[in-house]
Amino acid sequence: MIKLNKLHKSYVTGHNSLHVLKGISLEINEGELVSIMGASGSGKSTLLNVLGILDGYDSGEYHLNSMLIRDINETKAAYLRNRMIGFVFQSFNLISFKNSLENVALPLYYQGVSRRKRNMLAMEYLDKVGLKDWWSHLPSELSGGQKQRIAIARALISNPKIILADEPTGALDSVTSLEVMDMLRTINQNGITVIIVTHEHDIAARTQRSIILKDGIIENIVYHNHKYQKAVS
Amino acid sequence: MFDRDRWQEIYSTLKSNKLRTFMTAFGVFWGIFMLIVMMGSGNGLSNAIFDGFQDFATNSAFIWTRTTSMPYKGLPRGRRWLFDNDDMKALKDNIPEIDLLAPRVQPWSGDGGNNVVRGIKTASYTIYGDYPDFFRIDPVDMIAGREINDIDIAENRKVAVIGNRVRDEMFKPGEDPIGEYLRIKGVYFQVVGVFEPKNKNMNFGGEKDQTIILPFTSLQIAYNLGDQVHYFAVTAKKGHSVAKLEESCKQLIAERNKIHPDDKQAFGGFNLDTEFRKMSGLFTGIRILIWIVGTGTLLAGVIGVSNIMLIVIKERTKEIGIQRSIGATPWRIINQIISESVVLTAVSGMFGMAIGVFLLELINRQIQNSSSEAEMFKNPGVDFNVGVTALIILIIAGIFAGFIPAYKAVKVKPVEALRAD
Repeated sequence: MIKLNKLHKSYVTGHNSLHVLKGISLEINEGELVSIMGASGSGKSTLLNVLGILDGYDSGEYHLNSMLIRDINETKAAYLRNRMIGFVFQSFNLISFKNSLENVALPLYYQGVSRRKRNMLAMEYLDKVGLKDWWSHLPSELSGGQKQRIAIARALISNPKIILADEPTGALDSVTSLEVMDMLRTINQNGITVIIVTHEHDIAARTQRSIILKDGIIENIVYHNHKYQKAVS
Repeated sequence: MFDRDRWQEIYSTLKSNKLRTFMTAFGVFWGIFMLIVMMGSGNGLSNAIFDGFQDFATNSAFIWTRTTSMPYKGLPRGRRWLFDNDDMKALKDNIPEIDLLAPRVQPWSGDGGNNVVRGIKTASYTIYGDYPDFFRIDPVDMIAGREINDIDIAENRKVAVIGNRVRDEMFKPGEDPIGEYLRIKGVYFQVVGVFEPKNKNMNFGGEKDQTIILPFTSLQIAYNLGDQVHYFAVTAKKGHSVAKLEESCKQLIAERNKIHPDDKQAFGGFNLDTEFRKMSGLFTGIRILIWIVGTGTLLAGVIGVSNIMLIVIKERTKEIGIQRSIGATPWRIINQIISESVVLTAVSGMFGMAIGVFLLELINRQIQNSSSEAEMFKNPGVDFNVGVTALIILIIAGIFAGFIPAYKAVKVKPVEALRAD
């Protein structure tokens, strides 16, 4: 599903160049549940942005679903993000003036799906994350956990191949964090590749393997035990 | 285009800062409002002025004599002279471009004394001796009776056609003036017609409705004027310039009366064609000025919109980042921002237009209520085409105003946009 080969990326600000990713080679198969860990500044967010085609890279190769992602234009990138990738962010990133239903339906709007059809689908996904009754609420009227579930529903609605989650539990308390994590695991069990950036060990422990980054290179890959106990329910 | 999400987005952005939206919209509103009001006023002014030419033959010229300013063929400068009947005949015979030729005698102009008597009533009116053709050049509405005709001229009949004010003043209400007599400077004339002038703005000494018109020949004979002609009006045949005709008439008469060919001061005269052109030129100038000022104001408003859009875009960077991360193409973002800008300009512009038109209409009503005769302002308003043009300009301006902010918005990388604020 994802194949990285000696990926390099630096940020250039003025005369200074900051080398963030120093040759990442990595393969993630379809249906995997992977976490990316590392201290801040290790390049884990940058890596996720590259994977999500939100940012480019300098050298190396990135294959997504056997397609080389390199120097593609914004329109194409938008298309791929829309169809292939679902994002879950730490700060939820919901549109403040749209209600839950509209937020969930938004990716379909960009696909040109009719209003009726996309609202119907959005309602279905709201039901899946257990927030059907909250469809008319604005993000400001929801709790953090609810917002993240809305965001997950939004990420799922376009039927993506991959879910990229950037510190999805970073703004949540531990109980809600585990709920969200459960949800991501369920998604994974339905065959979607899930990649989670986190610095929380108990979150990472609930994935199949953790890729540990340090100073822009992969320091270690940790495989987790698969007998996973369902957390507090 | 008519998707609800799109309008919702436009609405919520504009709503999020009401004061700012209002101030921006006001710039455009004011621009178009000024444009409409100024154009309307300009039109009102020009309608009033061109109304002055109303019904008057615009291909006509008037020529009169003045004292000469150059000695010629043994005659000194400063000589007083007048046209005579033979001059008129010569004009008619020698200048084929003449359509109508209407000589006029107008004795006692400006002597101020009462010249008309009926019973115990006396009054002072302007008295003209006219040919029937004069009625073709400066048309009147006959309220009663008839105009001066060729038989009146041929038989030197002592008949008179009077203006409506003359009737009102010399006759009792309801009294029929036709067949009655007026004593004009001691000579009795029978009233055969009452007229109301069609064009009240162009007068030759005295208001037209206070005028008595007599047959040209009768007046010459009755008051011993010999073959004097005081001035005359000519019109050019279709396709000929009346300005040129005026010159050729002067030339011919100068020759006949021993006037130096270069003595421009020996003649007085004007032609409506030239006057008309002067006015047209003036109003073209005014119109251009209005467009420059109006579109300038509008431009300032539009730049304001663009400026505000830039700030809005900056504030919404993150939101745009989110939209792009879930699949909004750059084109869609550009489209959205330009739509907002167009909606803002078009809506405020239409308000400006509506209120401008409303104000003009109000002024118009006010003018019509105060029934003054000599208006400086008539039917102020802008025509439909101008409204449509302004609207198209507004929409195009809105597109331009949105373009720079839109371009800026998509130039930011999505990852940077997401990181904003």
